[in-house]
Amino acid sequence: MRNKGRIRFLVLFMAGLHAVVLFAGFFAPYDAKDQDRDLPYAPPTRLHFKGASGLHLRPFAYAATADADGYREDRTQEYSLRFFVKGSSYSVLGIFQSDRHLFGVDSPARIMLLGADAFGRDEFSRLLFGGQISLAAGLLATLVTLATAAVIGTISGFYGGWIDESLMGVSELFLSLPWLYFLMGVRAFLPLHVSPVGTFLLLIGVIGLIGWARPARLVRGAVLSARTRNYVSAARGFGGSDLHILTRHILPETFGVLLTQAALLIPLYVAAEATLSFFGLGVSEPVPSWGNMLAALQHYSVLVSYGWLLAPAAALVVTSVIYGMLADALQPRGS
Amino acid sequence: MKAIARLALVVCLCAVVSQASAPTPQPVNQGEELARVEGLMGRYGGHIVIGQRSEPKTLNPVTATDAVSREVFERLHADLIAINRATQKTEPALAKSWKMSPDGRTFTLKLRKGIRFSDGHPFDADDVVFSFTLYLDEAVGAPQRDLLLIDGKPLTITKVDQYTVRFSLPRPYAAAERLFDSFAILPRHILEKPYREGKFVQTWPLNTPPTEVVGLGPFRVKQYWPGQRILLERNPYYWKADRENHRLPYLDELVFLFVGSEDAQVMRFEAGETDLINRLSSENYALLSKEQSARRSQLADLGPSLEYNFLVFNLNDLSGKKLDGISRKQAWFQDLKFRQAVSAAVDRDSIVKLVYGTRGTALWGNVGPGNKMWVNQSIPHPQRSLEGARQLLKSAGFTWDASGQLLDHTGQPVEFSIATSSSNAQRMKMATLLQDDLSHLGMQVHVVPLDFRAMIDRVFQSFDYEAAIMGLGGGDADPNPEMNVWLSSGGTHLWRMNETQPATAWEREIDQLMNEQMITLDYHKRKKLYDRVQQIISEQLPFIFLATPNILTGAKGEIGNFQPALLDHYTLWNADQLYLRNAESAGVR
Repeated sequence: MRNKGRIRFLVLFMAGLHAVVLFAGFFAPYDAKDQDRDLPYAPPTRLHFKGASGLHLRPFAYAATADADGYREDRTQEYSLRFFVKGSSYSVLGIFQSDRHLFGVDSPARIMLLGADAFGRDEFSRLLFGGQISLAAGLLATLVTLATAAVIGTISGFYGGWIDESLMGVSELFLSLPWLYFLMGVRAFLPLHVSPVGTFLLLIGVIGLIGWARPARLVRGAVLSARTRNYVSAARGFGGSDLHILTRHILPETFGVLLTQAALLIPLYVAAEATLSFFGLGVSEPVPSWGNMLAALQHYSVLVSYGWLLAPAAALVVTSVIYGMLADALQPRGS
Repeated sequence: MKAIARLALVVCLCAVVSQASAPTPQPVNQGEELARVEGLMGRYGGHIVIGQRSEPKTLNPVTATDAVSREVFERLHADLIAINRATQKTEPALAKSWKMSPDGRTFTLKLRKGIRFSDGHPFDADDVVFSFTLYLDEAVGAPQRDLLLIDGKPLTITKVDQYTVRFSLPRPYAAAERLFDSFAILPRHILEKPYREGKFVQTWPLNTPPTEVVGLGPFRVKQYWPGQRILLERNPYYWKADRENHRLPYLDELVFLFVGSEDAQVMRFEAGETDLINRLSSENYALLSKEQSARRSQLADLGPSLEYNFLVFNLNDLSGKKLDGISRKQAWFQDLKFRQAVSAAVDRDSIVKLVYGTRGTALWGNVGPGNKMWVNQSIPHPQRSLEGARQLLKSAGFTWDASGQLLDHTGQPVEFSIATSSSNAQRMKMATLLQDDLSHLGMQVHVVPLDFRAMIDRVFQSFDYEAAIMGLGGGDADPNPEMNVWLSSGGTHLWRMNETQPATAWEREIDQLMNEQMITLDYHKRKKLYDRVQQIISEQLPFIFLATPNILTGAKGEIGNFQPALLDHYTLWNADQLYLRNAESAGVR
């Protein structure tokens, strides 16, 4: 029972995280591409309660101004934090359009909870929008992998014989691939000019198709054990067709395996997307993803001077840890 | 235990130091015609360590093409006439004097008498003649060979007597003496045999035994550790001396460490493991200025460099190539108003601020303010104007749809890609800024980061690109090295390669002007011709000039005579005069 509670908590947490990322347009105060060229590498905006005119209940921010050794706050005017403000327009899943944002401050002040990158773009907004790419890539690629794995594993386990042997031979080949280098190689063959959407779909396809081998072998194992159960023999005795037996009796047996694999694969694929984008092989500027945001940190001077740009790394860690815990909780323990 | 370990370490370090003893400078002979240099009097002794981004490829100055190799072998060799990097003027080197005939076609050079190579072998005119034979031999394939061709004809060199040589040019050549700066004089007694045997191209790889690498430069090779470093020691026969007749160089040794990347260079310098950084990015410069150690090092911002970074559109003739997508877009790129609109929309001030951290200068032409001798001051510097850009596009027949997307007169959306080298962080940033700038005009721009070599291949060979951000220049201040870029037949005529005929009237005019300035000997007349070239370029915009970075260098505080300059090599050009203020005088003085 305790385990169930834990799963519920973890699932809720992940659902929350995904919802925030899905509605990035609403939660992020700015557009991901919105440059403020006066504020490169501006540090996170501080929220104040205590100003010149005493204490405020509503937090406020000061506008940042650049000077010789960095940024300082221009204390002449206070800009209160306001909710449900109008700002840049955005769409959610291309379904509905809006220009309302959860919070914001009046221009010329900017609220940048996680500071700004080299182009003065709000790191917090980019983190949320970047999560759309990174998490979606993880989820969709996992879907591709598991669909492939389920089909191949089931056929292999159910029919056995030479089909089984040849399919499992191929899977061994895939298991032995150094996949990171393989992905880089594949990406290098692509045409020069791929639109961000095209790159994204390709990325999902490539990442997804490469990892099917391990789950396929697990599915095959589950199918093999299910095939010899008495109720399967009974169904067969009553003249059930292959399709009927597969969908009715065998596939449900593989469900647990697939679920655990999903929880393991999603963070792996989120990290895979980040790795490729980090090396400049994923979605390209100005579209953010957690990987290409981290790419700026390849430079020593940036790494040691602007710590807030590590935020996407923290997001990656949190995502991986939560999914890892989820996989752990889903794993059926031995009786 | 700890104390013993420490003692052992000290003993080891002492061993390293004593092993590093360099030869003492030879006493100055009566018959030796040494060059006297001005500058602070230094102290003998010590070594400085320089971090290199990669390992040099060769020590052969005739066949080398990479800057890292040049950084090393330029310390091993000397030339006839040198460009003083600080004054940007020529000064006598191995030639103590030279005379140009009144018609500007013959150069007579008097060589220094009594000076010797780093192995003690005497130097004379035969070495000069031999060296230029190497540079001119097509079988050797020296990349500098082009510089010795005037109108496609090579200059000829004759030995007049043991210490006099004469160069004859097919026709007058402006600033010909500057040419000699890049040609190292090589030892005939070492290299003639391999040259006769046809093995010259393979000579002097990095692992050559040090005694066989002989030159006239301030240093000679002592040892090479593959993958780690190369150690140079003082050339005891070097032909320069200071005011008080002490033979240079002051330093016992130079160490080049192969550290791997610019970031590694900075980290090693920060940690005190290296003493000098040739070229810093503005971010690293800012980082080092903030450090505590900044007070103990000499960081120098020398102002705008001679490089220019630019956006170039692919205007190549693509007939016969299967690049229909690109040739369709060339209709836009060829339209001057389109290029003007792009130029007007570029926010150059932001490039300077965001890419170079304000340590850079916006550019509107190929010659920047760093080149005071040649810059055309009358070239206008128009402010960024999106409205002006829109007017230009409108007058060229472009329209906008409801969503703000720019359409050409056939209704096609204006969309193109900008290729840039993924290893160059600055140009990547420029591309991202341009992408945003041009999106305000309704143009959809994609940034395509490419591996440097893939990029060069596309721009120079396959022409499979739409636009690219690149950089050129930085060699010499004189217009002659720029001939390659602006002559329609030049090898770096990037926007339209391999032209047999100038494609446009203005390219024809540039050809005429550039050829004329090359044979004009009077500076003011040349300047006038080159001013006109700069004006045409800034009007016709074959390149859309963006910005130039400042030259930023750094060295430890104890290095004396540190005089970084705007010309390459920025910091080691006067390595023979560098010294350590706290050097232990090794008994010499």
